[in-house]
Amino acid sequence: MMPVRSTAFPALALTTVLAAASLSACSTGNDPNTVKIAFRKDTDNKVTLADDYLREVAREFERTHKGKKVQLIPVQASQQDYYSKVQQLMRSPKTAPDVVHEDSFMINPDVKSGYLRPLDGQVKKWKSWDRYAQSAKDAAKAEDGKTYAVPDGTDTRGIWFNRNIFKKAGLPQDWHPDTWDDVLKAARTIKKKVPGVTPLNIFTGKAAGEAATMQGMEMLLYGTGSDPETHNPLYDEKSKKWVKGGKGFKDSLRFVQTVYSQKLGPDVDQALNPNMQTKVNADLIPQQKLAMDIDGSWLGQQWLKTGGNPWPKWKKTMGLAPMPTQHGQAPGEVSMSGGWAWSVAAKSEKPDLAWELIKTLQSRKNAVEWCIRGAQIATRSDVAKDPRYLKSIPGAAFFTKRVRHSHYRPKGPVYPRVSTAIAEAMESVTTGDTTVDQATRAYNAQLKSIANGAVTSQ
Amino acid sequence: MSTTDLTDAGQTGPPPQVRMRRRMRWLPIAPATALLLIFLAGPIGYCVYIAFTDMQLTGQASPSFVGFDNFTRAFHDPHFVNAVVLTLVFTVVSSILGQNTLGLTLAGLMQRASKTVRTVAGAVVICAWVLPEIVAGFLLYTFFNRQGTLNAILDWLQLPHQNWLYTLPIIAVSFANIWRGTAFSMLVYSAALSEIPQEVTESAQIDGAGGGKRLWHITLPMIRRSIGTNLMLNTLQTLSVFGLIWAMTRGGPGDRSQTLPVFMYDQAFNNALIGYGTAVALLLLLVGALFSVVYLRLLREEV
Repeated sequence: MMPVRSTAFPALALTTVLAAASLSACSTGNDPNTVKIAFRKDTDNKVTLADDYLREVAREFERTHKGKKVQLIPVQASQQDYYSKVQQLMRSPKTAPDVVHEDSFMINPDVKSGYLRPLDGQVKKWKSWDRYAQSAKDAAKAEDGKTYAVPDGTDTRGIWFNRNIFKKAGLPQDWHPDTWDDVLKAARTIKKKVPGVTPLNIFTGKAAGEAATMQGMEMLLYGTGSDPETHNPLYDEKSKKWVKGGKGFKDSLRFVQTVYSQKLGPDVDQALNPNMQTKVNADLIPQQKLAMDIDGSWLGQQWLKTGGNPWPKWKKTMGLAPMPTQHGQAPGEVSMSGGWAWSVAAKSEKPDLAWELIKTLQSRKNAVEWCIRGAQIATRSDVAKDPRYLKSIPGAAFFTKRVRHSHYRPKGPVYPRVSTAIAEAMESVTTGDTTVDQATRAYNAQLKSIANGAVTSQ
Repeated sequence: MSTTDLTDAGQTGPPPQVRMRRRMRWLPIAPATALLLIFLAGPIGYCVYIAFTDMQLTGQASPSFVGFDNFTRAFHDPHFVNAVVLTLVFTVVSSILGQNTLGLTLAGLMQRASKTVRTVAGAVVICAWVLPEIVAGFLLYTFFNRQGTLNAILDWLQLPHQNWLYTLPIIAVSFANIWRGTAFSMLVYSAALSEIPQEVTESAQIDGAGGGKRLWHITLPMIRRSIGTNLMLNTLQTLSVFGLIWAMTRGGPGDRSQTLPVFMYDQAFNNALIGYGTAVALLLLLVGALFSVVYLRLLREEV
């Protein structure tokens, strides 16, 4: 063996060097004049509004910045898969995009992981920053108090209902539920009087992920307790501790259980299907097979001319009602707010160029355009006043009014994992695998392990 | 390898020409060895390292070493135990019972069939195998879906509808895997069966052995080695099936079709627990190794 090794080693070393050299040759695709931008592409191939919009902005950027190029990195995936894909891209300077579209609730955990670059210096010098609403600026801040993103819009939530179906069921056209029971009562009436129609959709389960947690559970949970206006049922900001699931949590799960066990909602297998969100706003609502949907302000974007499923009749057909609190406690309504924002990856090799691109994305003209196309609720005062914006978005006026009583999600960096645990609890009561009490116990155990013991019961 | 040990004391190894030839023998495989080391041993080593840390995809400043925590956690995690059980069910039903038996049956039938039948049947079966996993996954999703092909057929036959993706997801994905993987077993067994000398079968026939007896006493013992190899390859491949299940059920509803690879993905990427997910991956490797050892033993003992 010994004599053999003496030449095998140089040969081996040579090959290693050659392989390594060819590897690094591959990775120098990081052209200093190309700025890369990563965003989520809809899983429905017909929906290309983000691609179309970004392509136009890219063209403008290339016109105004001579010699620079924009490379779009569309990630066609469900939201959950988009987050993990982008996080993996941002781990290495070789793959990191320069500009990243971040869901606002991912900003905190991603900052903690060191994926994002603070933008305080840049926004301070940028005139438009003053026009952003304070709540939006807060959402772009991490726990360390620094700003890491520029929000391109926000969203609120409520109940979309189909007036035609309501008419058939003998329910009012200007329906305004005061309590959860009112919602369930309406669902039962529809089930009895309009067969063949799904009375109520509330997202649930791990496949829907954050949609289940936010449009489903949190819309319920934030409306429980004696003071839903100020009380945070998930996270105690002062002590930085997570709140264990108590009565409000159980009542909310019971609502979900009632909807699915009494067949007031979609069939369970359909509800747990990963494509449920697409199905609801591309099929079920436009085909008038769904009477009520607890969902977000952006729903109408697909029904516009630029959307994937144009449906001009939505204006007459769809009514909107705020989501009530459990027993009608003040302020009488609940909404959750999220929204997406543009960030610069920490490992980007061209942060300055990246910031230039963000400024182009959020020029007044482009910001208005995106709010219109993406059915976003404006976070900038100048965009919010724009007549084009006010006229074009389905339900813009209604959803802008919801901002006042809307809640933002907890800032703790483990929130995404808490969100998954909530979706899991919802799924287990939806399928009937466990009771509400069992699901809550399992959630509390998981919460304790996720938060490393930093939990409190209020 | 160490052939130089046999030389007499006083001599200093083989003559230079021999030594040179030995060195040259290494040269052609050196690039392959180097590539294997870089691209296989490197990542595997890195994986083993990650499995002993609490690395997270997001929400963590820097990972720290946690020893065997991830592994002890797995054994106390009811979801992990559930995933192991489902993986075993999936492997036994779809690989050992399904692909293997069906592949042998098809190969046996095709031996007796006419050339046209053989060509057509072979082409159809192999088509399923050539399809990319994700395409096969979507095809079978639409097949088993409530508004899918299977229900249309059942409708036509006036039989009650099924909803297996929801009611029996592990069986649905097992059938899908059988559909996709049988071609491989069929090819292996076709080759093995054609190796059996005609005379042996004929003389058994003359001695009065019926079909069943011939299969048990002649065919199976003679292709024993192929059975072993085929079982091993099938099992290892089935253990790591991910795309098929992900496309059809995502491991749901609940965790009723969550086999180990899906569980691993769920933990590593949806829950952002890269360290834990990697530990599960290593345990999956262990399950595969156990199966291999059993098969190798069986093969050796019967010689």
